[in-house]
Amino acid sequence: MSSPAPAFAPSSPAQPAPLTKKILTADHPTWCPGCGDFAVLAAYYRVLERLQYPHQNIVTMAGIGCSSRFPYFVNTHGVHYIHGRALPFAAGVSLGRDDLHVFVFGGDGDGFSIGGNHLVHTGRKNVRMTYVIMDNFVYGLTKKQTSPTSPLGFRSKTDPTGALDQPINPMRTLVNSGASFVARSHATQVNHMIEMMERAARHDGFSVVEILSECVEFYEGAFDAAIPRKGGQFRVVEERKNDGTPEDELRHDSSDELAAYRLASQPWPGVFGVFYEVKRPTKNRLEADLIAKAREKTKSAGDLELLQSSFRRLR
Amino acid sequence: MVLPVTTPAPGADSAVSAERRAVHDVVIRLAGNSQDGIQTIGGFLARLAGRSDQDVMTYMTIPSTISGGPSIFQVRMGSGEILSSGDQADFLVAFYQHSYDSHVHSLRQGGVLIYDSDHVTPNPDDKRFTAVGIPITGATVEAVGGSSKDKGKNLFVLGLITRIFNLDVAKVAALISERFGGKSEDIVRNAMLAFDAGYGTPADNLRDCLCRFDAAPARASGRPQVTVDGNLSLTYGLIAAGVRHGAGYPITPWSTIMETLRSELSKYGGIFVQTEDELGAIGYALGFSYSGHLAVTGSAGPGLSLKMEALGWAVMSEMPLIVINVQRGGPSTGMPTNVEQSDLLQAIYGSHGDTPRVVLAPKDVEDCFYIALEACRIAREYSTPVLILTDQALATRIEAFDEPDLAKLMVDPKPDLSPRGADFQPYPIDRVTRHAPPGAPIATGRYPTVSGLEHDEMGHPSGNPAQHMRMTAKRREKIKTLAASLPVPAVHGDADGEVLMVGWGSTWGPVREAVNRLRAGGMRAGQVHLRHLHPLPPGLDEIFRRYGHVLVVEMNDEGLYGFGQMAMMLRARYALPSIRSITKTDGLTFRISEIVSGVTRNLGRNGSHGAHA
Repeated sequence: MSSPAPAFAPSSPAQPAPLTKKILTADHPTWCPGCGDFAVLAAYYRVLERLQYPHQNIVTMAGIGCSSRFPYFVNTHGVHYIHGRALPFAAGVSLGRDDLHVFVFGGDGDGFSIGGNHLVHTGRKNVRMTYVIMDNFVYGLTKKQTSPTSPLGFRSKTDPTGALDQPINPMRTLVNSGASFVARSHATQVNHMIEMMERAARHDGFSVVEILSECVEFYEGAFDAAIPRKGGQFRVVEERKNDGTPEDELRHDSSDELAAYRLASQPWPGVFGVFYEVKRPTKNRLEADLIAKAREKTKSAGDLELLQSSFRRLR
Repeated sequence: MVLPVTTPAPGADSAVSAERRAVHDVVIRLAGNSQDGIQTIGGFLARLAGRSDQDVMTYMTIPSTISGGPSIFQVRMGSGEILSSGDQADFLVAFYQHSYDSHVHSLRQGGVLIYDSDHVTPNPDDKRFTAVGIPITGATVEAVGGSSKDKGKNLFVLGLITRIFNLDVAKVAALISERFGGKSEDIVRNAMLAFDAGYGTPADNLRDCLCRFDAAPARASGRPQVTVDGNLSLTYGLIAAGVRHGAGYPITPWSTIMETLRSELSKYGGIFVQTEDELGAIGYALGFSYSGHLAVTGSAGPGLSLKMEALGWAVMSEMPLIVINVQRGGPSTGMPTNVEQSDLLQAIYGSHGDTPRVVLAPKDVEDCFYIALEACRIAREYSTPVLILTDQALATRIEAFDEPDLAKLMVDPKPDLSPRGADFQPYPIDRVTRHAPPGAPIATGRYPTVSGLEHDEMGHPSGNPAQHMRMTAKRREKIKTLAASLPVPAVHGDADGEVLMVGWGSTWGPVREAVNRLRAGGMRAGQVHLRHLHPLPPGLDEIFRRYGHVLVVEMNDEGLYGFGQMAMMLRARYALPSIRSITKTDGLTFRISEIVSGVTRNLGRNGSHGAHA
């Protein structure tokens, strides 16, 4: 059955010790000093500490990019796949094994450019997993080319006179993808990040968190407008509490898709929090139903019996 | 009922008909439009042959338009070993003038032409055949009546063929009711009305014009025969091999495999996903495999190209995977409903970097089933992607073969999630990789990363040059270990002599028939057929040296250097100038006569060692 994360029983009876940051730490990150991704990694450890899934049932995976080095820095079953295609791979893992907790990490190039088609279709299918996009508005691993989220006028090695192409609006794209949980956070706001990632992990469906994560090397100060100590404003989405009060009417209804688009269309730097959250049947669940129906129809015949009867029809 | 107008051909006079050549098989070609249901009755004839313990092989063309367009179905059935669908037809049914115009050349001299006299005016001066005009359309409308118009013409023709060839009426009627039984009673009744009208056509005298078609002797195996096309055979092979998960994107002629898997796998508790694109398809499949379920993806030529980057990852990460490529005419969209074997080098060398992998090719429809089992065994045992190169002709043609002994063949699909010991490494340098799927606890508490970066034994990145050389060698050596374990291919025909014919994939039957014909003509000739294309099996060098000429028959272009793709591989591997090519790219399967004349042509060049001296 499809259900949110905590419903799974550990597959080994004796979970030796609670998962701690120490246990979860693997290789030392290769990121530049000051990179926003360190904070995302620290937040992920915290989220796993809170969730306490069976260690062997956690899968951490990524495509290609600076942020996509993630799996090497986390001591769980890990996959480092190819550029832009982590989502279909992760979907295979999620659908193949309902007992696993699948987390995918990637950057803006991976998610919104080369992998854009997969993002839309994984959202549409609502495959259960959590996808964290560490958005730095620039290609870092290849050393400063324009990314799909680079703002107009951004000077890069591929746009020396400034970016010409209109950037993608990540939150609009994510809401439009069909993802059933869409949130936005900022790498300097660790507690907010932890809260968003934990809610995403507990969501039963395809959940995405976009995290603005600064590239200090190639786009320094990109997200200062949302950092209070640098004179910016970190404005958090006020979610509807359904308490019947008149002021509640003014709060954001996260099940309202149009309201989510309105939030996504706010001027830079916009707001942070859960933009969109709905319950929609997951592909995991729908496929399980399909199997249950087929099994009922064949009276749960064994594999050998099923194939034998298929061949009998060909005589 | 209008009596058939019979124009006896010169070769079919009464003296000849009295002795009636006894032959083992007959080739029937039905030529019409794709919406006439000729595939349906062709399928009936094939199934009937299978049920009557006869051998059968079919061949069909389908237009690549959605509906309509000329289409043929050819069925060859008989009691001997049927190796090809036949160069020439003994019996041609032409539904339309264009069918007559396009296919009368395929009828052998002295054969029988049945034409719909409501649509076709044959050339009255052409006396090579026995031409029989029957108002197929009119007679069908008359028999069925009502508003169904000429629907049922195909069943009228089936009735006619049943009468002429003295087929078992009860068995044919059973096939009709099985096929249409799920629909309304009217449909079955109308079908039988059309069939009976065709059967009632007084055409007994035609039998005397034809060769005598013997019923088959009992076969040895005692197992019932199944009648099935190549794609279905391959699909059931995958299921028998324990494949329960897969993903794909629609493309002709691969689609029927994914359609069947989509509807079948759920019964077995599995999942087949139709993905957004080919890259997504191989991604899902690799994800399934990583999660412990050996998975399948597949496509045809252009789609295989799209999967190539991920295939490189599969080699690097040593992930078991089955990739089916149903080859069609290329490049690009090419000839999507025609056959070609031009994806061999793509299958072996496609992708980037040094990417040793396994490539297999089934030789006929039965082998589609068994090669799937072998592919899955190899993928699991060597932790490697395995490509299966089948083709459009094999995908759509129907053959009858002994029902497989499933009780002995079924493979348990359960993933191995047992705890792994303290010595677990995903990439040991001196052993074959055995992945621990997620969910498998690891005693050390250190979990592996499966990686596309060059890596160390635990899957963590390593840019060390010596490590890259060691790991590259490791990935190469495991495939060489597999090569050493393969059986030496058997030689059919003469063990040494003038000519060795080498084929791979679906050309097995036509090449064998050609070799038989060459030997009957006094030539010392042999055949070796390759099922393992990469790695090549051992022993070929020694076999090749026993013949003056080694001619590689394949449906692809001779290329810039005068050799087909397999011929090029074999020349590179064995450095024998005696290896040369017989190739073609007309999108159709080899006729026996084409192979035989290719041999003559090559032997005429005796002494010049390269194809272009």
